[in-house]
Amino acid sequence: MDFEFLASTFVTLVKAVPTTLALFGASVVLGAALAVVLVVMRTAGGPILSTFSRVYVFIFRGSPLLIQMFLIYYGLGQFAVIRDSFAWPVLREPYWCAVLALAFCTAGYQAEIIRGGLQAVPPREIEAARSIGMSGFLLVRRIIAPITLRAMLPAYSTEIILMVKSTALASLVTVWEVTGTAQRLISQTYRTMEVFLVATLIYLVINFIIVRLVALLEHRLSPHLRERPRISGEGRTVTSLETSHD
Amino acid sequence: MSWIDLIGFGPNGRGGLLLWATLMTLSVTAASLVIGAVFGAGVAAAKLSSSRLARVIGDAYTTILRGAPELLVIYLVYFGGSQAVSAIGRLFQYEGFLGLPSFLAGALAVGMISGAYQAEVYRGAFHAIAKGEIEAARSIGMGRALRFRRIIIPQILRFSLPGLGNVWQLSLKDSALISVTGLAELMRTSQLAAGSTRQYFLFFIVGGILYLVLTTISGQLFAAAERRVAVSFSHGLGRS
Repeated sequence: MDFEFLASTFVTLVKAVPTTLALFGASVVLGAALAVVLVVMRTAGGPILSTFSRVYVFIFRGSPLLIQMFLIYYGLGQFAVIRDSFAWPVLREPYWCAVLALAFCTAGYQAEIIRGGLQAVPPREIEAARSIGMSGFLLVRRIIAPITLRAMLPAYSTEIILMVKSTALASLVTVWEVTGTAQRLISQTYRTMEVFLVATLIYLVINFIIVRLVALLEHRLSPHLRERPRISGEGRTVTSLETSHD
Repeated sequence: MSWIDLIGFGPNGRGGLLLWATLMTLSVTAASLVIGAVFGAGVAAAKLSSSRLARVIGDAYTTILRGAPELLVIYLVYFGGSQAVSAIGRLFQYEGFLGLPSFLAGALAVGMISGAYQAEVYRGAFHAIAKGEIEAARSIGMGRALRFRRIIIPQILRFSLPGLGNVWQLSLKDSALISVTGLAELMRTSQLAAGSTRQYFLFFIVGGILYLVLTTISGQLFAAAERRVAVSFSHGLGRS
């Protein structure tokens, strides 16, 4: 093992981490906002909006992200209308094209996850809230949103890990994030295995941190599902499987 | 030239190429599913093994191949594989670069990723087998191999069908990344057609529609297979 090479590879790749994180952060936030809109359209939007939301999810989950990204990066620039429009300064930038493609794609997946979480809200809780006079936004904020959020977190953490990996595709529209930089290093040095291992290590660390953060959030959101501290050290610990449903 | 001519089957149309590329995507994904089944079975066995070392290796495999970006794995297999082949070539006095065929490299890379997901599917399926059935088989004197063949394998295959459907859909979409190795599958062909005609929007839309056709049809086939398999399950056990 050539530690000097590994160390210099690591330094080069770490410099690209902010780009990866910026792609990830922007697209997850944008995608989540879009997903909420899609879910509202699906559940409360009437037949036309609900069909639109359904078709959107079908299209963006059924086709590869790469083709969506190329469609935005190469496809939109083809039209003079778009090149002359106010959006061109944004759509001209590979970074924003990548962010848009990632956000559009993850919105389709996130919408389904949020919808799944909504289905976990027991109708009884909504009835109980209504019966004491809660309605509208207060009902959403106090009852529906917290239960949905908690129920969707496990699937959500899987999705955002997939998003960290998906940012790699931005390198194919010339955004130099970690994978793109790794590819460039491979073609310069021909030391595929070493570069692969260092780059993978970086991704694993990012993923690990995200998983821990989501787990922490889940823990914070479910104090009522946790076992009370025991006085004596007796008894078995309740596994996460047993506490995951209320 | 109108867009209908461009995607049609006439002398200047790309219709034939695109259909051929769709078949290529289908075959490279099918190959990767088979390769993944081999990797997946091995890794699942390692993860279920009583040996600590095997479990660690199995865990490392699934962690790395599910945690690394697919593109990175494809680069590893394509460039790394070509280097390995060249090194073997040098052993036989062949000086020069030998490339790994892009179909093989792509199927292997997507297959290795698919294998990591399939390993989890098989492991879950194994745990879904009722312990009583294995005890029953043992109690009537079935040996290890016979038990494996008659009791465990048939049930693992049935339980893992829904999971395999998901893995297939994932691989179908991952196969688009094989385009970076130059394999003329659907993504690459749409890209080339788009580049040479300057009709990027048209060809990426057509390519996207063909992917949607593939994912929809295969989704329905898997659903039909699941319904067929469900017949053999007893009802009311929450298994459907």
